[in-house]
Amino acid sequence: MLIAIVDYGAGNLKSVQHAAEHVGLQPLVTDDADVIGVADGVILPGVGAAADTMLNLEHRHLVSVVKDVIARGRPFFGVCMGLQALFTLSEEGGAHRCLDILPGTVRRFPGGLSIPHMGWNQVRQVRAHPFFQGIPDNANFYFVHSYYVDPRDRQVVAGETDYGLAFPSVVIRDNVLATQFHPEKSGRNGLRLYANFGRIVAGSRRGVPAAVAS
Amino acid sequence: MLTKRVIPCLDVARGRVVRGVKFSADRDAGDPVVLAARYNEEGADELVFYDITASHEGRGIMLDVLERTAREVFIPLCVGGGLATVEDMWQVLRAGADKTSINSRAVQQPDLINQGAERFGSQCIVLSIDAQRVVELDGRRWWQVYLNGGRVATGKDAVAWAVEGAQRGAGELVINSMDADGTRQGYDLDLLREINTRVEVPVVASGGAGTLEHFTQALFQGQAHAVLAASVFHFGVFTIPQVKEHLAAHNLPVRLERGG
Repeated sequence: MLIAIVDYGAGNLKSVQHAAEHVGLQPLVTDDADVIGVADGVILPGVGAAADTMLNLEHRHLVSVVKDVIARGRPFFGVCMGLQALFTLSEEGGAHRCLDILPGTVRRFPGGLSIPHMGWNQVRQVRAHPFFQGIPDNANFYFVHSYYVDPRDRQVVAGETDYGLAFPSVVIRDNVLATQFHPEKSGRNGLRLYANFGRIVAGSRRGVPAAVAS
Repeated sequence: MLTKRVIPCLDVARGRVVRGVKFSADRDAGDPVVLAARYNEEGADELVFYDITASHEGRGIMLDVLERTAREVFIPLCVGGGLATVEDMWQVLRAGADKTSINSRAVQQPDLINQGAERFGSQCIVLSIDAQRVVELDGRRWWQVYLNGGRVATGKDAVAWAVEGAQRGAGELVINSMDADGTRQGYDLDLLREINTRVEVPVVASGGAGTLEHFTQALFQGQAHAVLAASVFHFGVFTIPQVKEHLAAHNLPVRLERGG
């Protein structure tokens, strides 16, 4: 089972790799579009700013392969900036086009809050999904971000967190799974998400959709 | 709700954790990787490694400690001590750190904050400030920034420096009171409050924790986002769960899950 971690220069690559290895996966860190294209599952990590993420993906000619693996229904796990990059537009540092896989906008938190939203906060599971298997409702996860996603289709919101407002912290549509927090920095419950992603990938190889994987 | 973080700090010299009293390292407190794993198991929200030797040799040991810790401990790791360039920051980030903490070098060369934030993002840049209270003859009170682990006075105002650091791109501030450090007499609440009312970024209280009340004071009166402590944890004065249960009993939001 080949799980590719997309290497586009993001700082948290190694943490993501360690976390995936810790739960028994054997991820391959790569910027080779051909390898990503044939992977059974793809993880897009990320920290920093949306514009840099998009620029780095473009520089390494990885935009089309990311869109392609998602279009072909391969399980895809976006982390932090890897979640924000999936949307149409980010307002960070002006207005930047993102991958436009999920319609919606990435917005800055309203004034009056400490920015960045940094630390452990609870994730309310707004619907059941195999991605959450073994994780209690309202478990704490580690967040570091100044922008949040505002999806046009609210059906994609699988988890919500409160910080000034209720924002989507887990987004799921078909085989696309993404978290605003850093599961690789969220202790045991974060590791469970990587393990669950591994199971979803394994199921997908046998033709089982993510929503019913076990 | 965003929880209040409890952060053990490991001062590392030649590969061992040491305990400092008012900025002088004295007693040995153990193997940093073992302590890191224990704190993670107890539910620490984050870990800070501080290389107090900050020599070339020390750096190599620190990178090794980080790499070994990052394979087992899945919570945020911050590293400080002797980071003088963006390349130094990149070295520790690559070894497994999530944040870099800069102190003296940032005072001498403030642009280091901008450069680090530009390259890695503000979330990676923690500005740590060592400050000592000054009371002038006319009664005016202020806090002076110190360098090199408290050995060199700068004449710089700590509150103004905190504001400037955040403007330059620091994503978090660690405010270390030298009057209180290692004395277990409590955090400097006035200093914390002064800074907190002037910056938007999270502020971490450091230096002086000795009783459980000190933690609640830093979070309530000091309005800090997180509390950092070293010796009280290393020598088992309190465990992390004890601190968190105390905070929870005072209606402060904390993460009670264990095992990271």
